[in-house]
Amino acid sequence: MLSIPALPRRYHAASIWALYVVGLCPAAWYFYQAATGGLGFNPVKTFEHLIGIWALRFIILTLAVTPLRDILGINWIRYRRALGLLAFYYVVFHFSVYLLLDLQLNFGAVGSDIVRRPYITIGFACLLLLIPLAVTSNNWSIRKLGQTWVKMHKLIYLVALGGALHYVLAVKSVTLVPFIHIAAIGLLLAYRPLRKPFLNWKRGKTRPARPATTT
Amino acid sequence: AAALSASPGPYKLDEKLTPKEAVTTYNNFYEFGVGKEDPSQNSGAFKPTPWTVKVEGMVGKPKEFGLDEILKMKLEERTYRMRCVEGWSMVIPWIGFPLAAILDQVEPLGSAKYVAFETVVRPEEMPGQGGLFQALPWPYVEGLRLDEARHPLTILAVGLYGETLPNQNGAPIRLVVPWKYGFKGIKSIVKIKLVEEQPQTTWKNSNAREYGFYSNVNPAVDHPRWSQATEQRIGEGGFFGTKRVDTLPFNGYANEVASLYTGMDLKANY
Repeated sequence: MLSIPALPRRYHAASIWALYVVGLCPAAWYFYQAATGGLGFNPVKTFEHLIGIWALRFIILTLAVTPLRDILGINWIRYRRALGLLAFYYVVFHFSVYLLLDLQLNFGAVGSDIVRRPYITIGFACLLLLIPLAVTSNNWSIRKLGQTWVKMHKLIYLVALGGALHYVLAVKSVTLVPFIHIAAIGLLLAYRPLRKPFLNWKRGKTRPARPATTT
Repeated sequence: AAALSASPGPYKLDEKLTPKEAVTTYNNFYEFGVGKEDPSQNSGAFKPTPWTVKVEGMVGKPKEFGLDEILKMKLEERTYRMRCVEGWSMVIPWIGFPLAAILDQVEPLGSAKYVAFETVVRPEEMPGQGGLFQALPWPYVEGLRLDEARHPLTILAVGLYGETLPNQNGAPIRLVVPWKYGFKGIKSIVKIKLVEEQPQTTWKNSNAREYGFYSNVNPAVDHPRWSQATEQRIGEGGFFGTKRVDTLPFNGYANEVASLYTGMDLKANY
Protein backbone atom coordinates (compact mmCIF):
# COMPACT_ATOMS: atom_id res chain seq x y z
CA MET A 1 0.00 0.00 0.00
CA LEU A 2 1.30 3.38 -1.04
CA SER A 3 1.75 5.63 1.94
CA ILE A 4 2.02 9.37 1.80
CA PRO A 5 2.51 11.47 4.89
CA ALA A 6 -0.87 12.30 6.38
CA LEU A 7 -1.79 15.96 6.57
CA PRO A 8 -2.29 16.97 10.22
CA ARG A 9 -5.96 17.48 10.94
CA ARG A 10 -5.61 21.14 11.82
CA TYR A 11 -4.58 21.91 8.22
CA HIS A 12 -7.50 20.12 6.58
CA ALA A 13 -9.77 23.16 6.25
CA ALA A 14 -6.93 25.37 5.04
CA SER A 15 -5.92 22.79 2.43
CA ILE A 16 -9.46 22.72 1.06
CA TRP A 17 -9.50 26.50 0.73
CA ALA A 18 -6.10 26.30 -0.96
CA LEU A 19 -7.56 23.84 -3.44
CA TYR A 20 -10.29 26.33 -4.37
CA VAL A 21 -7.70 29.03 -4.91
CA VAL A 22 -5.37 26.82 -6.96
CA GLY A 23 -8.31 25.38 -8.88
CA LEU A 24 -9.50 28.80 -9.98
CA CYS A 25 -6.01 29.82 -11.13
CA PRO A 26 -6.29 28.39 -14.68
CA ALA A 27 -9.49 30.36 -15.27
CA ALA A 28 -7.95 33.57 -13.91
CA TRP A 29 -4.73 33.08 -15.87
CA TYR A 30 -6.46 32.35 -19.18
CA PHE A 31 -8.86 35.22 -18.64
CA TYR A 32 -5.93 37.57 -18.08
CA GLN A 33 -4.20 36.21 -21.18
CA ALA A 34 -7.32 36.46 -23.34
CA ALA A 35 -8.02 40.02 -22.21
CA THR A 36 -4.44 41.14 -22.89
CA GLY A 37 -4.02 39.50 -26.30
CA GLY A 38 -2.09 36.44 -25.15
CA LEU A 39 -4.46 33.81 -26.54
CA GLY A 40 -3.96 34.42 -30.24
CA PHE A 41 -6.35 35.79 -32.81
CA ASN A 42 -9.50 34.01 -31.71
CA PRO A 43 -9.28 34.54 -27.95
CA VAL A 44 -12.97 33.85 -27.33
CA LYS A 45 -12.95 30.37 -28.86
CA THR A 46 -9.57 29.52 -27.36
CA PHE A 47 -10.66 30.65 -23.88
CA GLU A 48 -14.00 28.84 -24.24
CA HIS A 49 -12.23 25.59 -25.19
CA LEU A 50 -9.57 25.83 -22.47
CA ILE A 51 -12.20 26.44 -19.79
CA GLY A 52 -14.25 23.50 -21.11
CA ILE A 53 -11.25 21.19 -20.93
CA TRP A 54 -10.59 22.30 -17.34
CA ALA A 55 -14.22 21.54 -16.46
CA LEU A 56 -13.64 18.00 -17.72
CA ARG A 57 -10.40 17.77 -15.73
CA PHE A 58 -12.19 18.63 -12.49
CA ILE A 59 -14.89 16.07 -13.27
CA ILE A 60 -12.12 13.52 -13.83
CA LEU A 61 -10.48 14.44 -10.51
CA THR A 62 -13.85 14.22 -8.72
CA LEU A 63 -14.40 10.72 -10.11
CA ALA A 64 -10.84 9.70 -9.24
CA VAL A 65 -11.26 10.21 -5.49
CA THR A 66 -13.04 6.88 -4.82
CA PRO A 67 -10.78 4.57 -6.89
CA LEU A 68 -7.74 6.32 -5.45
CA ARG A 69 -8.93 5.39 -1.97
CA ASP A 70 -10.01 1.86 -2.92
CA ILE A 71 -6.92 0.93 -4.89
CA LEU A 72 -4.06 2.98 -3.45
CA GLY A 73 -5.45 3.73 -0.03
CA ILE A 74 -5.10 7.49 -0.50
CA ASN A 75 -8.04 9.15 1.14
CA TRP A 76 -8.75 12.54 -0.39
CA ILE A 77 -12.47 12.37 0.19
CA ARG A 78 -12.32 15.73 2.00
CA TYR A 79 -11.38 17.39 -1.32
CA ARG A 80 -14.15 15.83 -3.37
CA ARG A 81 -16.74 18.53 -2.72
CA ALA A 82 -14.29 21.26 -3.77
CA LEU A 83 -13.34 19.34 -6.92
CA GLY A 84 -16.97 18.81 -7.86
CA LEU A 85 -17.80 22.46 -7.24
CA LEU A 86 -14.79 23.58 -9.26
CA ALA A 87 -16.06 21.43 -12.13
CA PHE A 88 -19.44 23.16 -11.77
CA TYR A 89 -17.86 26.64 -11.73
CA TYR A 90 -15.87 25.85 -14.89
CA VAL A 91 -18.98 24.55 -16.66
CA VAL A 92 -20.73 27.81 -15.71
CA PHE A 93 -17.74 29.86 -16.97
CA HIS A 94 -17.67 27.80 -20.18
CA PHE A 95 -21.36 28.44 -20.83
CA SER A 96 -21.08 32.12 -19.89
CA VAL A 97 -18.27 32.69 -22.39
CA TYR A 98 -20.34 30.98 -25.08
CA LEU A 99 -23.41 33.07 -24.18
CA LEU A 100 -21.79 36.46 -23.56
CA LEU A 101 -18.63 36.65 -25.63
CA ASP A 102 -19.15 34.09 -28.40
CA LEU A 103 -22.83 34.51 -29.30
CA GLN A 104 -23.07 37.93 -27.60
CA LEU A 105 -26.44 37.30 -25.96
CA ASN A 106 -28.09 36.31 -29.22
CA PHE A 107 -30.69 34.19 -27.41
CA GLY A 108 -32.28 33.07 -30.66
CA ALA A 109 -29.01 31.52 -31.77
CA VAL A 110 -28.41 30.00 -28.31
CA GLY A 111 -31.89 28.48 -28.30
CA SER A 112 -31.57 27.04 -31.77
CA ASP A 113 -28.10 25.68 -30.90
CA ILE A 114 -29.48 23.95 -27.80
CA VAL A 115 -32.42 22.46 -29.67
CA ARG A 116 -30.74 21.52 -32.92
CA ARG A 117 -27.11 20.71 -32.19
CA PRO A 118 -26.71 17.48 -30.24
CA TYR A 119 -23.35 18.36 -28.69
CA ILE A 120 -24.74 21.64 -27.38
CA THR A 121 -27.94 19.92 -26.20
CA ILE A 122 -25.80 17.47 -24.26
CA GLY A 123 -23.52 20.17 -22.88
CA PHE A 124 -26.47 22.26 -21.73
CA ALA A 125 -28.14 19.22 -20.14
CA CYS A 126 -24.92 18.59 -18.18
CA LEU A 127 -24.96 22.19 -16.91
CA LEU A 128 -28.58 21.75 -15.76
CA LEU A 129 -27.83 18.40 -14.10
CA LEU A 130 -24.93 19.92 -12.20
CA ILE A 131 -27.09 22.64 -10.63
CA PRO A 132 -28.94 20.41 -8.10
CA LEU A 133 -25.63 18.73 -7.26
CA ALA A 134 -23.97 22.08 -6.60
CA VAL A 135 -26.94 23.36 -4.58
CA THR A 136 -26.92 20.29 -2.32
CA SER A 137 -23.16 20.19 -1.83
CA ASN A 138 -23.30 21.23 1.80
CA ASN A 139 -23.40 19.36 5.09
CA TRP A 140 -26.94 20.45 5.84
CA SER A 141 -28.25 18.90 2.58
CA ILE A 142 -26.28 15.70 3.16
CA ARG A 143 -27.83 15.31 6.64
CA LYS A 144 -31.28 16.28 5.45
CA LEU A 145 -31.37 14.07 2.35
CA GLY A 146 -29.56 11.02 3.69
CA GLN A 147 -29.62 8.12 1.22
CA THR A 148 -31.43 10.31 -1.33
CA TRP A 149 -28.36 12.54 -1.41
CA VAL A 150 -26.12 9.57 -2.19
CA LYS A 151 -28.41 8.42 -5.01
CA MET A 152 -28.85 11.93 -6.35
CA HIS A 153 -25.13 12.60 -6.54
CA LYS A 154 -24.64 9.55 -8.73
CA LEU A 155 -25.86 11.97 -11.43
CA ILE A 156 -22.20 12.98 -11.72
CA TYR A 157 -21.66 9.77 -13.73
CA LEU A 158 -24.21 10.93 -16.28
CA VAL A 159 -22.62 14.38 -16.36
CA ALA A 160 -19.17 12.85 -16.92
CA LEU A 161 -20.50 10.71 -19.76
CA GLY A 162 -22.28 13.72 -21.26
CA GLY A 163 -19.17 15.89 -20.89
CA ALA A 164 -17.04 13.32 -22.72
CA LEU A 165 -19.64 13.02 -25.47
CA HIS A 166 -19.92 16.81 -25.77
CA TYR A 167 -16.13 16.97 -26.24
CA VAL A 168 -15.97 14.17 -28.84
CA LEU A 169 -18.80 15.69 -30.84
CA ALA A 170 -17.34 19.19 -30.69
CA VAL A 171 -13.89 18.42 -32.14
CA LYS A 172 -13.27 17.84 -35.82
CA SER A 173 -11.11 14.79 -35.20
CA VAL A 174 -10.17 12.96 -32.00
CA THR A 175 -6.45 13.49 -31.49
CA LEU A 176 -4.24 12.86 -28.46
CA VAL A 177 -5.58 15.49 -26.04
CA PRO A 178 -9.28 14.64 -26.48
CA PHE A 179 -8.41 10.94 -26.40
CA ILE A 180 -6.62 11.19 -23.03
CA HIS A 181 -9.52 13.02 -21.38
CA ILE A 182 -12.15 10.72 -22.81
CA ALA A 183 -10.17 7.60 -21.93
CA ALA A 184 -9.78 8.84 -18.34
CA ILE A 185 -13.52 9.37 -18.00
CA GLY A 186 -14.17 5.98 -19.62
CA LEU A 187 -11.87 4.17 -17.18
CA LEU A 188 -13.23 5.98 -14.13
CA LEU A 189 -16.83 5.20 -15.10
CA ALA A 190 -15.96 1.58 -15.96
CA TYR A 191 -14.54 1.19 -12.45
CA ARG A 192 -17.93 1.84 -10.80
CA PRO A 193 -19.63 -1.52 -11.57
CA LEU A 194 -16.35 -3.28 -10.75
CA ARG A 195 -16.01 -1.59 -7.40
CA LYS A 196 -18.04 -4.00 -5.22
CA PRO A 197 -16.41 -7.18 -6.55
CA PHE A 198 -13.01 -5.52 -6.23
CA LEU A 199 -13.60 -4.48 -2.61
CA ASN A 200 -14.91 -7.98 -1.73
CA TRP A 201 -11.85 -9.55 -3.29
CA LYS A 202 -9.57 -7.18 -1.43
CA ARG A 203 -11.37 -7.80 1.87
CA GLY A 204 -11.09 -11.55 1.37
CA LYS A 205 -7.37 -11.23 0.77
CA THR A 206 -6.63 -9.18 3.85
CA ARG A 207 -8.95 -11.01 6.27
CA PRO A 208 -8.93 -11.06 9.23
CA ALA A 209 -7.47 -7.54 9.15
CA ARG A 210 -9.91 -4.68 9.38
CA PRO A 211 -11.42 -3.12 6.24
CA ALA A 212 -8.82 -1.55 4.00
CA THR A 213 -10.10 1.98 4.22
CA THR A 214 -7.61 4.09 6.10
CA THR A 215 -7.28 7.76 6.73
CA ALA B 1 9.16 34.49 -47.00
CA ALA B 2 10.81 36.50 -49.76
CA ALA B 3 9.39 39.60 -51.42
CA LEU B 4 7.23 38.82 -54.43
CA SER B 5 5.97 41.39 -56.87
CA ALA B 6 2.62 41.19 -58.60
CA SER B 7 0.37 43.43 -60.60
CA PRO B 8 -3.02 44.37 -59.12
CA GLY B 9 -5.59 41.77 -60.17
CA PRO B 10 -9.19 42.21 -61.28
CA TYR B 11 -10.81 41.36 -57.93
CA LYS B 12 -10.72 43.86 -55.10
CA LEU B 13 -12.66 44.24 -51.90
CA ASP B 14 -13.64 47.25 -49.86
CA GLU B 15 -13.16 45.32 -46.65
CA LYS B 16 -10.52 45.71 -44.01
CA LEU B 17 -7.63 43.29 -44.52
CA THR B 18 -7.05 40.73 -41.78
CA PRO B 19 -3.71 41.59 -40.10
CA LYS B 20 -0.82 39.64 -41.60
CA GLU B 21 0.11 38.25 -38.21
CA ALA B 22 -3.38 36.73 -37.89
CA VAL B 23 -3.25 35.30 -41.41
CA THR B 24 0.08 33.63 -40.64
CA THR B 25 -0.54 32.37 -37.09
CA TYR B 26 -4.19 31.28 -37.11
CA ASN B 27 -4.23 28.37 -39.51
CA ASN B 28 -5.73 24.98 -40.15
CA PHE B 29 -3.02 22.83 -41.72
CA TYR B 30 -3.35 19.46 -39.99
CA GLU B 31 -0.09 18.21 -41.50
CA PHE B 32 1.55 20.41 -38.85
CA GLY B 33 -0.92 19.74 -36.00
CA VAL B 34 -4.57 20.43 -35.22
CA GLY B 35 -4.11 23.55 -33.05
CA LYS B 36 -4.52 26.90 -34.79
CA GLU B 37 -0.99 27.95 -33.86
CA ASP B 38 0.59 24.56 -34.62
CA PRO B 39 1.22 25.26 -38.32
CA SER B 40 3.18 28.45 -37.61
CA GLN B 41 5.07 26.82 -34.74
CA ASN B 42 5.76 23.38 -36.27
CA SER B 43 6.52 24.17 -39.90
CA GLY B 44 10.05 25.50 -39.48
CA ALA B 45 11.65 22.32 -40.84
CA PHE B 46 9.50 22.22 -43.96
CA LYS B 47 11.41 22.85 -47.21
CA PRO B 48 9.26 24.45 -49.92
CA THR B 49 12.21 24.58 -52.35
CA PRO B 50 13.05 22.89 -54.63
CA TRP B 51 9.48 21.97 -55.66
CA THR B 52 7.69 20.51 -58.62
CA VAL B 53 4.01 20.14 -59.43
CA LYS B 54 3.01 17.28 -61.71
CA VAL B 55 0.03 17.95 -63.94
CA GLU B 56 -1.19 14.74 -65.49
CA GLY B 57 -4.17 12.49 -66.20
CA MET B 58 -6.54 13.15 -69.08
CA VAL B 59 -4.42 15.79 -70.76
CA GLY B 60 -2.77 16.10 -74.14
CA LYS B 61 0.54 17.34 -72.74
CA PRO B 62 1.28 16.16 -69.20
CA LYS B 63 3.91 18.35 -67.63
CA GLU B 64 5.98 18.79 -64.52
CA PHE B 65 6.21 22.43 -63.45
CA GLY B 66 9.26 23.56 -61.48
CA LEU B 67 8.77 26.32 -58.92
CA ASP B 68 10.92 28.76 -60.97
CA GLU B 69 8.65 28.31 -63.92
CA ILE B 70 5.55 28.74 -61.73
CA LEU B 71 6.88 31.99 -60.28
CA LYS B 72 7.37 33.31 -63.84
CA MET B 73 3.63 33.10 -64.51
CA LYS B 74 1.82 36.43 -64.66
CA LEU B 75 1.29 37.00 -60.95
CA GLU B 76 -1.61 39.10 -59.70
CA GLU B 77 -2.62 40.37 -56.31
CA ARG B 78 -6.14 39.25 -55.44
CA THR B 79 -7.84 40.22 -52.22
CA TYR B 80 -10.40 37.58 -51.34
CA ARG B 81 -12.63 36.77 -48.42
CA MET B 82 -11.77 33.40 -46.88
CA ARG B 83 -14.56 31.63 -45.01
CA CYS B 84 -13.60 28.62 -42.91
CA VAL B 85 -16.20 25.88 -42.47
CA GLU B 86 -15.67 26.32 -38.70
CA GLY B 87 -17.41 29.71 -38.76
CA TRP B 88 -14.58 32.23 -38.96
CA SER B 89 -13.33 34.35 -41.81
CA MET B 90 -10.49 36.54 -43.01
CA VAL B 91 -9.77 38.98 -45.82
CA ILE B 92 -6.46 38.06 -47.44
CA PRO B 93 -4.36 39.71 -50.16
CA TRP B 94 -3.15 36.67 -52.10
CA ILE B 95 -0.60 36.62 -54.89
CA GLY B 96 -1.21 34.04 -57.58
CA PHE B 97 -2.52 33.28 -61.04
CA PRO B 98 -5.62 31.61 -62.44
CA LEU B 99 -5.51 27.83 -62.28
CA ALA B 100 -6.84 27.95 -65.86
CA ALA B 101 -3.44 29.27 -67.00
CA ILE B 102 -1.80 25.97 -66.05
CA LEU B 103 -4.68 23.84 -67.32
CA ASP B 104 -4.42 25.55 -70.72
CA GLN B 105 -0.77 24.55 -70.99
CA VAL B 106 -1.48 20.84 -70.53
CA GLU B 107 -4.49 20.73 -72.87
CA PRO B 108 -7.21 18.78 -71.02
CA LEU B 109 -8.95 16.10 -73.11
CA GLY B 110 -12.67 16.38 -73.82
CA SER B 111 -13.32 13.45 -71.49
CA ALA B 112 -11.80 15.23 -68.47
CA LYS B 113 -14.57 16.36 -66.10
CA TYR B 114 -12.84 16.99 -62.79
CA VAL B 115 -9.51 18.14 -61.38
CA ALA B 116 -7.94 16.24 -58.47
CA PHE B 117 -5.28 17.77 -56.22
CA GLU B 118 -2.80 16.21 -53.83
CA THR B 119 -0.66 17.61 -50.97
CA VAL B 120 2.92 16.51 -50.34
CA VAL B 121 3.59 13.73 -47.79
CA ARG B 122 6.73 14.34 -45.74
CA PRO B 123 6.30 13.02 -42.21
CA GLU B 124 9.90 13.96 -41.41
CA GLU B 125 9.11 17.63 -42.10
CA MET B 126 5.41 17.64 -41.20
CA PRO B 127 4.93 16.45 -37.60
CA GLY B 128 1.17 15.96 -37.99
CA GLN B 129 1.82 13.25 -40.57
CA GLY B 130 3.72 11.13 -38.05
CA GLY B 131 3.08 9.73 -34.60
CA LEU B 132 0.28 7.79 -32.99
CA PHE B 133 -2.68 10.14 -33.39
CA GLN B 134 -2.96 11.46 -36.91
CA ALA B 135 -5.93 13.67 -37.58
CA LEU B 136 -6.52 12.56 -41.18
CA PRO B 137 -5.25 10.00 -43.68
CA TRP B 138 -2.51 11.39 -45.94
CA PRO B 139 -2.04 12.66 -48.55
CA TYR B 140 -4.66 15.37 -48.20
CA VAL B 141 -6.67 15.30 -51.42
CA GLU B 142 -9.15 17.75 -52.90
CA GLY B 143 -11.06 18.21 -56.12
CA LEU B 144 -13.05 20.59 -58.27
CA ARG B 145 -15.32 20.23 -61.24
CA LEU B 146 -13.43 21.30 -64.38
CA ASP B 147 -15.63 24.38 -64.89
CA GLU B 148 -15.02 25.42 -61.26
CA ALA B 149 -11.31 24.90 -61.77
CA ARG B 150 -11.34 27.03 -64.91
CA HIS B 151 -13.37 29.84 -63.31
CA PRO B 152 -11.38 33.11 -63.33
CA LEU B 153 -11.79 33.45 -59.53
CA THR B 154 -9.98 30.15 -58.92
CA ILE B 155 -6.29 30.75 -58.39
CA LEU B 156 -3.14 28.97 -57.45
CA ALA B 157 -1.57 31.21 -54.82
CA VAL B 158 2.17 31.47 -54.33
CA GLY B 159 2.20 34.41 -51.95
CA LEU B 160 0.32 36.73 -49.62
CA TYR B 161 0.89 40.25 -48.34
CA GLY B 162 3.56 40.86 -50.99
CA GLU B 163 5.70 37.87 -50.02
CA THR B 164 6.07 34.22 -50.97
CA LEU B 165 3.73 31.92 -49.02
CA PRO B 166 4.84 31.14 -45.46
CA ASN B 167 5.08 27.37 -44.82
CA GLN B 168 2.02 27.47 -42.55
CA ASN B 169 -0.12 28.93 -45.32
CA GLY B 170 0.66 26.16 -47.80
CA ALA B 171 4.06 26.96 -49.28
CA PRO B 172 5.09 27.02 -51.99
CA ILE B 173 1.82 26.71 -53.89
CA ARG B 174 -1.79 26.27 -52.85
CA LEU B 175 -5.29 26.48 -54.22
CA VAL B 176 -7.66 29.37 -53.39
CA VAL B 177 -11.33 29.02 -54.32
CA PRO B 178 -12.93 32.01 -52.60
CA TRP B 179 -16.59 30.96 -52.86
CA LYS B 180 -15.93 27.61 -51.15
CA TYR B 181 -15.09 26.78 -47.54
CA GLY B 182 -11.40 27.14 -46.76
CA PHE B 183 -10.61 23.42 -46.59
CA LYS B 184 -11.13 23.19 -50.35
CA GLY B 185 -8.01 25.34 -50.68
CA ILE B 186 -5.54 22.47 -50.63
CA LYS B 187 -2.01 23.44 -49.61
CA SER B 188 1.54 22.48 -50.65
CA ILE B 189 0.32 20.91 -53.89
CA VAL B 190 2.50 18.31 -55.63
CA LYS B 191 0.01 16.79 -58.05
CA ILE B 192 -2.87 18.01 -60.20
CA LYS B 193 -4.69 15.33 -62.15
CA LEU B 194 -7.45 15.68 -64.73
CA VAL B 195 -9.98 12.87 -64.30
CA GLU B 196 -13.36 11.72 -65.53
CA GLU B 197 -15.00 10.76 -62.21
CA GLN B 198 -15.60 12.96 -59.17
CA PRO B 199 -12.35 12.68 -57.19
CA GLN B 200 -11.94 11.66 -53.55
CA THR B 201 -11.72 14.55 -51.11
CA THR B 202 -10.21 14.22 -47.65
CA TRP B 203 -12.92 15.78 -45.48
CA LYS B 204 -15.74 14.10 -47.35
CA ASN B 205 -13.99 10.76 -46.87
CA SER B 206 -13.56 11.51 -43.20
CA ASN B 207 -17.18 12.58 -42.60
CA ALA B 208 -19.46 12.70 -45.66
CA ARG B 209 -22.49 13.88 -43.66
CA GLU B 210 -20.69 17.04 -42.60
CA TYR B 211 -18.43 17.86 -45.55
CA GLY B 212 -19.55 17.58 -49.14
CA PHE B 213 -17.68 17.62 -52.43
CA TYR B 214 -18.93 21.08 -53.37
CA SER B 215 -18.66 22.83 -50.01
CA ASN B 216 -19.81 26.14 -51.42
CA VAL B 217 -20.21 28.75 -48.71
CA ASN B 218 -23.92 28.77 -47.96
CA PRO B 219 -25.54 30.48 -44.95
CA ALA B 220 -28.77 28.57 -45.63
CA VAL B 221 -27.23 25.12 -45.20
CA ASP B 222 -26.00 24.58 -41.65
CA HIS B 223 -23.14 22.32 -40.78
CA PRO B 224 -24.79 19.46 -38.83
CA ARG B 225 -23.04 20.66 -35.68
CA TRP B 226 -23.21 24.43 -36.03
CA SER B 227 -24.93 27.24 -37.87
CA GLN B 228 -23.31 28.73 -40.97
CA ALA B 229 -25.48 31.87 -40.89
CA THR B 230 -22.80 34.13 -39.41
CA GLU B 231 -19.05 34.21 -39.23
CA GLN B 232 -16.47 35.63 -36.88
CA ARG B 233 -13.88 37.96 -38.41
CA ILE B 234 -10.49 36.93 -37.11
CA GLY B 235 -8.27 39.70 -35.79
CA GLU B 236 -11.06 42.18 -35.17
CA GLY B 237 -12.82 43.10 -31.95
CA GLY B 238 -10.61 41.13 -29.57
CA PHE B 239 -11.86 39.27 -26.51
CA PHE B 240 -14.76 41.50 -25.47
CA GLY B 241 -16.09 42.52 -28.86
CA THR B 242 -15.94 39.56 -31.22
CA LYS B 243 -16.91 40.79 -34.66
CA ARG B 244 -19.68 38.70 -36.20
CA VAL B 245 -20.92 39.35 -39.72
CA ASP B 246 -23.57 37.63 -41.80
CA THR B 247 -22.25 34.93 -44.10
CA LEU B 248 -23.08 35.59 -47.75
CA PRO B 249 -24.17 32.99 -50.31
CA PHE B 250 -21.09 31.82 -52.22
CA ASN B 251 -19.11 33.94 -49.75
CA GLY B 252 -20.21 37.09 -51.57
CA TYR B 253 -19.20 35.85 -55.02
CA ALA B 254 -22.69 34.79 -56.13
CA ASN B 255 -22.72 37.18 -59.10
CA GLU B 256 -19.62 35.50 -60.49
CA VAL B 257 -20.28 31.84 -59.69
CA ALA B 258 -23.96 31.12 -58.99
CA SER B 259 -24.47 30.28 -62.68
CA LEU B 260 -22.12 27.30 -62.31
CA TYR B 261 -24.81 25.64 -60.21
CA THR B 262 -28.07 26.50 -61.97
CA GLY B 263 -30.60 23.72 -61.60
CA MET B 264 -28.63 22.05 -58.82
CA ASP B 265 -30.15 21.46 -55.36
CA LEU B 266 -27.55 23.14 -53.16
CA LYS B 267 -29.01 21.52 -50.03
CA ALA B 268 -28.34 18.05 -51.45
CA ASN B 269 -25.05 19.07 -53.09
CA TYR B 270 -23.55 20.77 -50.05
